[in-house]
Amino acid sequence: MKTLKTFYENFGLPRLIIAGFFILLVVASIILGFSPAVLFSDVVKRWLMYGTLVLAMVPGIQSGIGLNFGISLGISSGLLGAVLAMEISFLRDWNTTLGMGAPWLTLLLALFFGVILAAIVGTLYGMLLNRVKGSEMTVSTYVGFSVIAFMNIVWLSLSFKNGELSWPLQGQGLRNTASLSGSFGGLLSNPDVVQATQPKWLHWLAFRVGEFTVPLGLILVFAFLCLLVWLFLRSKSGIAMSGAGENQLFTTSSGINVNQKRIQGTMISTVLGAVGIILYAQTYGFLQLYNAPLMMGFASVASILIGGATVRRARISNVLIGTLLFQGILVTALPVVNEVVEIGTLPEVLRIIISNGIILYALSKTKGENQ
Amino acid sequence: MNQKNNLFKKVGSFIFDNKVMIAFAAICLAAIVLSGSPMTFIVDGVFTRITRNTFTVLALIIPVLAGLGLNFGIVIGAVAAQIAVFWVVYWGFGGFSGILLTVLIATPLAILFGYLVGKLFNQMKGAEMIAGLILGYFADGLYQLLFLVIIGGVIPVNNPKLIISQGVGVKNTIDLTGNLKYAIDSVRMVDIITVFFYAVLAITVIKIILHLVKKLKLSRSDFILFGVSALIFGVSYIPEIERFLSTDRLALLDAFTSALVILAILQIIKLIKSIWVEKEPASALVKPVLLLLVYGALYGLTYIPAVEEVMLYVKLPVLPFLLIAALCWFNQKILSVRLGQNMRTVGQSLSVAMASGINADQTRVIAMVISTVLASWGQIIFLQNIGTFSTYGAHTQIAQFAIAALLVGGASVQKATNKQAIIGVILFHTLFIVAPQAGKELFNNAQIGEYFRVFVSYGVIALSLAMHAWKQFRKTSQSTPGDMALPGAPLQEAVDGGS
Repeated sequence: MKTLKTFYENFGLPRLIIAGFFILLVVASIILGFSPAVLFSDVVKRWLMYGTLVLAMVPGIQSGIGLNFGISLGISSGLLGAVLAMEISFLRDWNTTLGMGAPWLTLLLALFFGVILAAIVGTLYGMLLNRVKGSEMTVSTYVGFSVIAFMNIVWLSLSFKNGELSWPLQGQGLRNTASLSGSFGGLLSNPDVVQATQPKWLHWLAFRVGEFTVPLGLILVFAFLCLLVWLFLRSKSGIAMSGAGENQLFTTSSGINVNQKRIQGTMISTVLGAVGIILYAQTYGFLQLYNAPLMMGFASVASILIGGATVRRARISNVLIGTLLFQGILVTALPVVNEVVEIGTLPEVLRIIISNGIILYALSKTKGENQ
Repeated sequence: MNQKNNLFKKVGSFIFDNKVMIAFAAICLAAIVLSGSPMTFIVDGVFTRITRNTFTVLALIIPVLAGLGLNFGIVIGAVAAQIAVFWVVYWGFGGFSGILLTVLIATPLAILFGYLVGKLFNQMKGAEMIAGLILGYFADGLYQLLFLVIIGGVIPVNNPKLIISQGVGVKNTIDLTGNLKYAIDSVRMVDIITVFFYAVLAITVIKIILHLVKKLKLSRSDFILFGVSALIFGVSYIPEIERFLSTDRLALLDAFTSALVILAILQIIKLIKSIWVEKEPASALVKPVLLLLVYGALYGLTYIPAVEEVMLYVKLPVLPFLLIAALCWFNQKILSVRLGQNMRTVGQSLSVAMASGINADQTRVIAMVISTVLASWGQIIFLQNIGTFSTYGAHTQIAQFAIAALLVGGASVQKATNKQAIIGVILFHTLFIVAPQAGKELFNNAQIGEYFRVFVSYGVIALSLAMHAWKQFRKTSQSTPGDMALPGAPLQEAVDGGS
């Protein structure tokens, strides 16, 4: 009985409600006759799609900058990397010269550009956050918004040759959503794409078992990233970083440069954001520019909080559970709601209420602890 | 020589204190020149937007005073107003009585919401701004739930003009033409004067009765107020003036001239007072005389054809401007009463407030209630002026734009005044009007201008929050580390609250 009570206290009422809601939706969808395999394929896909973006929250929280609403910086870097890689791939005509290797090289180049840009931007951003200690979340939210608005101007001013990216007949400005079907879209997760473009020995990347789709390539990449972060947090450097986030005074007295550790955490968070958006785009099959990433930071923040993280502590398990619950609700709610009440916008409304509700809850909770 | 140095220092510190405003004014000026839009278009647009938005921006001042920072939660006030507007339109009310009904519904809702928000903010002192921002989104979600699902889904409604054809959920836009559109703007000046006179009359009568039963002492200002309002009321019966007053819009030229005349009369009264009543030395007369000359010169400027054209073209709705003026007066007046003093103390230091026996939590809740109610009224003014109610969009950007405007005027997280609000609205909306055209001229793409103005509105908030946080951080790191844990440490966010 006592363990049950501590479990409840640690888990918190909102999380209990959300988990219960998810189970309810799953049961409802099965009763309503939806194929569980198809539904769970979708859940897994969305889980992996958002996973890395949520994972990016972990180093930020651990290093003490709190919920990194400024993940838009990483997202913008990743998008810029992807756009540049696609343009180079088009100019060099890799599709004809490299054949099946073209999407791979484009993906790697996108990751390469994205990571380098994000590392630079993330370092600068970390330096800014060191100067606004105590107000990181408000500042980072608005820095994130400003960056998206600034990137809007950039997207609109770029003039690329690749027809997938630029508006036809205009010569200036990129599309709102650029299809990745001719590039690295679905390369790690879509069985149809893998079978159509890749040789037989790579067909394990994504396959179907009955109606259930296994995006094994994406699972491996995401698991690898989780492992990297997990190992880093257990390394000497990672432990020092978590220490810096947990107790500044203590860490300073033990000779750790707190500011440097915070910059490190911010930088890693931003880089993971860049990798995350590229993996997101490859799963989704489209590159979403302009205002599409504006609220993605909020979704990531909400996911990790649902998973049980606080604004001071986060673990990999929080990422996995939180993303599964949050995305799971959104995926299963859509068909169930459509069947029951026929209001198509309800899942979107639910998303807004759940994600912001959980952030509010987490904010009120930490303040309660401190007083 | 010394005086010259002083002057330099004064100019220097003026520039430093107003750097945001000056930089923004420069951007605006450049954009105006680049856009090449006619002045009549720009000035008319700016005044329209002043009518619409100033009230809401002014609603931000009291929370700043009470140390709650920039109130991102005004979205919730707007939501209260929009719920009221929907039902008033649904029941088929319109005109000024429709507005009164809207206010009657919106105000208790806003009081309730403001109370809840205030209670919540007391749970997270120091994180009010981020909490307010998230709360705004959260409230938007609940609002969508109400308007998309509950109205029609739970509450039966039947109105094909307002409800989506399946019968559940409210349409994207609600046309206010013929019911609430211009219901405040089109109130005639004669009516305002009449109502004002009777209100003053009633108050004076009550005061006289109280005076007779020895509960209250009448002061000279009571009689002056009554005399002036009676005079204005009487004058409004002169046919010439009555014809002028029975319109609802005032040409900018007339408004400008009357403002100058009123200001000049005030200065002349001051002059007379200081010469014959207080017998002050001649040096005290320099300022009023100079001001009188400036007013004269300003009036002279209106005879320049280009200026005159603009001034005759732009027509102002009278009542919204009076309401804005009344709110400015209220914001100013609250400082001199007990509540305002308490707010100021709470805003400066929670520990000092507690030591002097002020109920800080209650004061903060009251500040939030006032701000939320004012924001809801501001949204009513906004909606009746714009004439179409975008059900799911009208409130989403309101906090964003209002706060950006206030900051552009030179306000900060800890200090905001009426003047900054008004200057901010003018500058911010000037940029909003000219940016697309300037973008078109400069980059051959109007969209770039539009994105630029969005970037500026986010950027100015980011910059000013960062500058504020930097200042706070330097202050706390200079004092001993132990101070950080004090409840009075201002604006500590949840992240670092206990470290």
